[in-house]
Amino acid sequence: MLSAFRPRLPHVSAVLALCFALLLACPAHAQKTPGYQGPFALTNAQIVVAPGDTVNQGTVVIQDDSIAAVGPGATVPENAQTFDGEGLTVYPGFIDSGTHLGIAEVGSLPETQDFNEIGELTAHMNALTAVNPNSVHVPTTRVHGITSVITEPEEGILPGTAALISLHGYTPEQMHLGGVTLTKLDFPSVGRQGPSDDRSPETIQKEADKALNKLNELWTQAERYARIDSAVAVEPETRRKPEFVPAMEGLIPVIRGEQPLMISANAAPDLSAALDWAEERGVLDQVILSGAMEGWRVADEIAAADVPVLVGSIMQPPSRESDRYDKAYRTPALLHEAGVTVALRSGKTENVRNLVFHAGFAAAHGLGKTEALRAITTTPAQIFGIEDQVGTIEAGKRANLFVANGDPFQPDTNVRHLFIDGYKLPLENRATKLYDEFLNRTPGLTK
Amino acid sequence: MRLRSLLSLLAAALWLAAPATAQDQLRADAPDDWLIRDATVLTVTNGTIENGDVLVRDGDIAQVGQDVSAPDGVEVYDASGEFVMPGIVESHQHMAISNVNEATNQVTAEVGVGDVLDPYDIGIYRALAGGVTTAHVMHGSANPIGGRNETIKLRYGVTTPDALKMDGAPRTVKFALGENPTGLYGEGRDQVPRTRMGVEQVIREALTEARRYMEAEQDYQNGDRAQPPAHSERLEVLAGVLRGDILVQTHGYRADELLMLMKVFEDFGIQNLVFHHVNEGFKIAPELAAFGDNGAGASVFSDWWSYKFEVYYSTAYNAAILTENGVNTSINTDIPGEQRDLYLQAAKTQRYGDLSDTQALRLITINPARQLGIADRVGSIEEGKDADLALFSEHPLSVYTEPQRTYVDGVVRFDHEQDPDDMRLRVDPEGSVELARDGWSRHAAHSCLKGVTQLRATQNGVTLENTGR
Repeated sequence: MLSAFRPRLPHVSAVLALCFALLLACPAHAQKTPGYQGPFALTNAQIVVAPGDTVNQGTVVIQDDSIAAVGPGATVPENAQTFDGEGLTVYPGFIDSGTHLGIAEVGSLPETQDFNEIGELTAHMNALTAVNPNSVHVPTTRVHGITSVITEPEEGILPGTAALISLHGYTPEQMHLGGVTLTKLDFPSVGRQGPSDDRSPETIQKEADKALNKLNELWTQAERYARIDSAVAVEPETRRKPEFVPAMEGLIPVIRGEQPLMISANAAPDLSAALDWAEERGVLDQVILSGAMEGWRVADEIAAADVPVLVGSIMQPPSRESDRYDKAYRTPALLHEAGVTVALRSGKTENVRNLVFHAGFAAAHGLGKTEALRAITTTPAQIFGIEDQVGTIEAGKRANLFVANGDPFQPDTNVRHLFIDGYKLPLENRATKLYDEFLNRTPGLTK
Repeated sequence: MRLRSLLSLLAAALWLAAPATAQDQLRADAPDDWLIRDATVLTVTNGTIENGDVLVRDGDIAQVGQDVSAPDGVEVYDASGEFVMPGIVESHQHMAISNVNEATNQVTAEVGVGDVLDPYDIGIYRALAGGVTTAHVMHGSANPIGGRNETIKLRYGVTTPDALKMDGAPRTVKFALGENPTGLYGEGRDQVPRTRMGVEQVIREALTEARRYMEAEQDYQNGDRAQPPAHSERLEVLAGVLRGDILVQTHGYRADELLMLMKVFEDFGIQNLVFHHVNEGFKIAPELAAFGDNGAGASVFSDWWSYKFEVYYSTAYNAAILTENGVNTSINTDIPGEQRDLYLQAAKTQRYGDLSDTQALRLITINPARQLGIADRVGSIEEGKDADLALFSEHPLSVYTEPQRTYVDGVVRFDHEQDPDDMRLRVDPEGSVELARDGWSRHAAHSCLKGVTQLRATQNGVTLENTGR
C-alpha cells in the first residue's frame, strides 16, 4: 500500500503547495482579519467628547479595553500605535436601541430566525442565548460607527428578554454589554398590524382585550409566584417551593423591581393604556417605552409619567392616512419638545447600519444634530444604566469609538477607524469584500 | 322634517368631504406657468446653474438659465437658497393600484395594472412629498411572465384613474425570475416552475408561441393562410415584446438567472431589457453592459438584502459597481410606503461607492427615464421637457434636506408650506374609527407578491401566508 502510494507523493505535495500559495494569495477570503488591542493614539483629531462638547484638536489614547486619556494635552505612551487624525473627527460609538441583530439571518427562512419563540407568554426566553456572534450582519453594521445594539425577541405578548450587545466578540457572553437585560412586553394593540390587516375595529378591540386579560392573569399569578418564592427564600425548611412555571420565573426580576420592563407600543391609545397598566401594576418606574410611533399624540402623558422612550423606526410612513407625510420623522422632535427622554431605534436586522440616516432624518425634522447624536449615544447609555461605561469619550470609559472624515449622518461620509472594547476592528464586511472583488472584475467580458 | 334631516345629513356629508373638494379645486385651478427664480439648478444632464432660473410655460420647461425674466401672468416663486432637480422617476412601485398580481397562471401578459389605478391612494401624495413626479407602477412578481405595468404622472388631485397615465409612455410588461415564481408555482402548487430551469422553459415556450402567432398573422396578411390565428390578447402582448414595441421589465436577483434571460432574449432578437432588484447584477456587470445594442438596464435597491436567500450574497455597492461598469442603473423602492426618500437612497451610493453628485442623481432621474423609454420627456431639466421639478431646502443628496415643492407638468402638487396635514382626497365615511397602524414591517407591507395568498401547513395548523418582494 505504502509503496504504491509513494509515487504519487510529489503530486500531493504539489497540491499542498498550491493550496498554500492560494492561502497566501487571498487571506481575506480564507478568514476574517481579526481585531487587535493597542495601545493606540489618535492625534490631531477633532473630538466629540459628548454631544455638544467638542474639542477642536486633541488626542485620544486607548489602552487595553478603555480610553486612557483625552484632550489636547493627553500623553501618548511610547509603545502606542499612532493614527494621525488631521481632518478627522472622533465620535463615541453609536447605540441602536432596538433591533433583531444577531438573532435573525435570512428574512424568508424561518430556520434562520430565532427571535420568535412559540407561545404568547414566554417571558423566560432570552434573546442573548440565540445571538450569533458571527452573523454576517454584525461587521456590516459596525462599519458605520454603531458599536452596540439592543437585540430583542418578538411575537406574542411577553416574548422574553432583550439584551444590549457589543458588535464585537466571539460568544454571546463576550458581547453582552454591561449585563443590560430588559424584559419585553408587546402591549396588546388596538392598532392595525399593517396595511393588509383588514380586521374590523370591533374584532381588533376584542382581540386586544382578550390579550390584555391573558397578560393580567399571568401577571397576577406571577406576582403571587414571586411572593411565595421570596417567602421560601426566607424559610427554606418550612415552606414549599411553588410549582415551577417558567414564564412566571422569568418575570420575577421585573416584579421585584430589579429589571427594566421595555413595553413596545405604537398607537396612541396603546401607549396610554400601557402607561395606565404599568401604574396599576406598580412597575411604572421600571418602564421604558419602545416604538412609540404615535408618541407625539400623547407626548404630555408620557412626559408626565417620566418614562423614557426608544423611538422608531422613524423611517416609515405616518401611522394614519390623515397624518402629515413626515410625522414619523418628526416624532423624536415632538417628544423631545414635550420633555420626554428620547433614544432612537432602527427596528432592523440586516440594515441596522441605517441608524445613522435615521438620526440624520430626525435631526433634519426638528430634533437638531446635537439632540439626534444624544439619542444614539449618551441618552441610551443613561436609559440602560451604563453611562459610566459608554456614550462619551472620557478617560476610564470603554473604548467604543470611531473616527470619520465628516458628519457621520451624511451619506458621503466614511468611517476610517473603529474601536470596540479597545479592539481596532477591520472595516471590512461582505459588502466591501464584494465591492473589492467585483468593481473591476477579472476576467471581464469574454466574448 | 324629513327633508330637513336629509338636508342636514347632506350638509354633514359635504362638510366631511370638504378636504377632498378643497383639494380638487386647489389643484384644478392651479397655474402651470411659473418662473422659479434664484435656485441652484441641478439639470443632471447639463451641469449645475448657480442662481439659476427655470421658466415654465403651459406645463413645459420653456427656459433654463440665469436672469430669466417673468412674462406677464407668470407667477414667480423665489427659490433663493433652494435646489431644483428634475422630478424623481420611481422605476418600480406597487402603489396607486388596487391589484398587484394575477397569480393564476405562469403567463398573464394579457392583464395590466393600468386597469386598476387608484387615484385616491395617499401614497401618491407621499411620493410627491419626496420629489417623485413619475412612477412606473408594476404588476407583481408571481408569474414568470406577469401583466403589463403602467407609467403614471403623480397628478395627485385628479380623480379619474386614466388622468394619471403618462400618455405616450411606451408600454411595458413584467417578467419574474427566481424564488417568487418557483416558490409560488413549484413549492406552493406543485406546478412548473419549481426551478430556475423551469422558469427559462416557461418563458421560451411563451415567446415561441408568440412568434408562431405572429407568423400565422403574417401568413394570413400575405394570403398564405385562409384564416387569421384565433385572437389571443396574451400573445398580442408578447408579439409586441418580440417586435420591440413593449419593453420588458424583469424581476430577478441571481447572476445565473439574469444571464439566462439575456441568452433567451438574444435567441428571440429582443433588445429591450431592464432587470429589477438585480442584487447579483454586480457579478455580471460587464455582461449586462454588453447586452444587445444598448445594454441591459438595472434598477436596484440602495441597500436591501438578506430578506431572502437569493439576496444573501449582496452588496450595497451594487449601484456603484454597475454604474462604474457602464450599466444604465436606477434605484427604486418597490414597496408602498417606502417611496418618499429616493433622494436618500441615491445619496447612499456616496457611502457605498464613490459616485459623483451627478452620477448619484442620475440614478433616480434620467437613468430610470431611459429605462422606461421616457427620457425625451422627463428625467432632466432641459428646455422642451415636461416641467416636472423637485425643490429642496438643501442639496438633495444631504441627509438634512427637506423637499419644499414638487411640480408635475408645471402644477404644484406638493407644497411643504401650504399643504394641510390631512391630504386625503376621499374621507372614509367611517373616518371616526380610523385606526393607527401598530408598527411597520416590510414583510407586512404590500409588495411584489401582494395578492398571492398561500395556504401553508405548519405545526400551528394551516395558515394563510402573504410574503413579499
